[in-house]
Amino acid sequence: MGAYVVRRLLWLPVVLFLVSFGTFTLARFGPGDPVSVTAGQVRDPKVLEQIRQDRGLDSNVVVQYVRWLEKAVQGDFGESYLQKGFSVSELIFPRMWISAQLGLIALVIVFAVGIPMGLLAARFAGSWIDPAIIGTLLFLQAIPVLVIIPPLIWLFGIQFDWLPVGGWDGVLDIWWVGGVIAIPIPDPHLYIPLVAFTLPGFVSVARLVRVSALEVNLEDFVRTARAKGLSEATVQFRHVLPNSLLPLITVVGFALAGVIEGALFVETLLGINGIGRFTFEAVVSRDYDVILATTVIFAAAFVLMNLLAEIAYGFVDPRVRIGSSRG
Amino acid sequence: MTASAAAEGAPQRVEAGTSEWRLVLGRLRRKRLAMISLVIISVIYGAGILAPLLAPYPPTQTNLDRPVEGPSRDHLLGTDRLGRDELSRAMYSSRTTLIVTTAVVLSGGLVIGNTLGLLAGYRGGWVDTLIMRVGDVFSSLPSLVMLILINATLGPRVIGWTRWVEGHTPFDGLVASGFPSYMLVFSALSLFFWAGTARVIRSQVLQLRERDYIMAAESLGASPRRVILQHLLPNVSFLIILSLSATLGSIAGSEIVLTWFGVGVQPPAASFGAMLFEGSGTRTFQASPHLLLVPGVIVTLLLFAFALLGDALNDAIRGR
Repeated sequence: MGAYVVRRLLWLPVVLFLVSFGTFTLARFGPGDPVSVTAGQVRDPKVLEQIRQDRGLDSNVVVQYVRWLEKAVQGDFGESYLQKGFSVSELIFPRMWISAQLGLIALVIVFAVGIPMGLLAARFAGSWIDPAIIGTLLFLQAIPVLVIIPPLIWLFGIQFDWLPVGGWDGVLDIWWVGGVIAIPIPDPHLYIPLVAFTLPGFVSVARLVRVSALEVNLEDFVRTARAKGLSEATVQFRHVLPNSLLPLITVVGFALAGVIEGALFVETLLGINGIGRFTFEAVVSRDYDVILATTVIFAAAFVLMNLLAEIAYGFVDPRVRIGSSRG
Repeated sequence: MTASAAAEGAPQRVEAGTSEWRLVLGRLRRKRLAMISLVIISVIYGAGILAPLLAPYPPTQTNLDRPVEGPSRDHLLGTDRLGRDELSRAMYSSRTTLIVTTAVVLSGGLVIGNTLGLLAGYRGGWVDTLIMRVGDVFSSLPSLVMLILINATLGPRVIGWTRWVEGHTPFDGLVASGFPSYMLVFSALSLFFWAGTARVIRSQVLQLRERDYIMAAESLGASPRRVILQHLLPNVSFLIILSLSATLGSIAGSEIVLTWFGVGVQPPAASFGAMLFEGSGTRTFQASPHLLLVPGVIVTLLLFAFALLGDALNDAIRGR
């Protein structure tokens, strides 16, 4: 187990190296070279040359990459090409925090709804209820986020005028009852993005829980529990439920991936100033150092989350011998 | 769903490939949802194939006298901002989806994923390690972000190269036909969609490699090429179909998303992504919902059908 974790951790820098080098070369290969992006409207060759030297863009790609890498490992991702005077880290981290809050809440909701749905489907396996639940969740997953957001904004933001049509105002809001009693409630800006984020996620959690609950129901220890004369409720909640939740740990990584990719549309469409929208804008305006930093951070988060999930799985379920399961 | 049903299916595994196919197809035919989703997919893809014959208008024919009209007798699904017929646009968009999904499944899944999966599983050793590690890298990346980046940076270059080709060879009208953007979208998607297939195939091959008939073939002196093509390939063909059908939906979805972001299939070629983009403003939706609903409903139906079909195929192959 220990050796396995070390092996996987050693793998992380390799992935990050490949990703950052790939992104770096791609970025230098793209149209509108970084110099002209920085210069904006200025077309004086002297100024362009000056920028080229200041930013070290006159050397070849490998040298540039090594220079970038040296700083990046110290947490310095350079200066934004577009928003001059701001370091990339300064721009990225506040936005990441917004996206992380949104993403975490979305994950919690996905699991909170997906798990009971999966257990319900397993409980009614064989009747029409099971395929109805899974089918409905599959349908929700099939509606592209791009398609669902404009109607949601129109319905709740304009037609009923209940919710703000976009933006971000923190997680909590205060609801004043009679101007005296303050009750903290989730900020109304959250509702539409959370619906858009969570709808596609339910089915994968529910399906996994369903399959795993069906399998656990056939296990010997469940039969023993029933044979001991435990009530069906006790069997389900004490023995089946905890064991069928184990595989869920492995989908946390996938779920995170969904949240990150969802952030690209949800934040862009709803004007939330998070990392998804920022990445999109950086790609469109070719703000290369920002793109590099976000891609590398995304990839690091991906690899780390998957690794953590595997390790956690090994801890919770001693039956899994991770070390030997790799061919 | 029950264990007994799975057990009934199990002994059939020993029989020859063709009968197993028939068995699975038979099981599939009994699933009503699978049949419905096949019909939906066939209708949408059929409309794409037959678009040049069936579309009431050319997809790029504008009519600035009648922009953003709702459904009418002349335009069954209304018109877009340039007065182009939405129905015709939608049919040609299906054609784009059809082309992209088929191309990616054939190249990324069938050729790259399949070959590498077979090689990794059969050869083992460093070949296996190399292939699977590269696959790990690709699947540990936020693919959508990478796809947007690749398309955004390489797009203009590819168009530039195609222009050069047009200028130096008798081929003409390549750029105008949207060919370079199709090629780019499909190569970029292939890059990210082979790893899943390769992994599934590999793990199956790892099991098959220990079977007696493989050993028999090897001891009779069959070359690795022969073992892979004659003995392993037919026995993993099921998994290939399954894993490919599971990716169809996300390939179609990715193309739509890339085009929505403006880095996928380039105008004037029709794509659901471009149609959705035009209809996605809140004000636009309020004033003329058909701009979003026409492509939105079709795309949702298509993705839903792919998901249901993938589920049903999965069940059918596992003997349910």
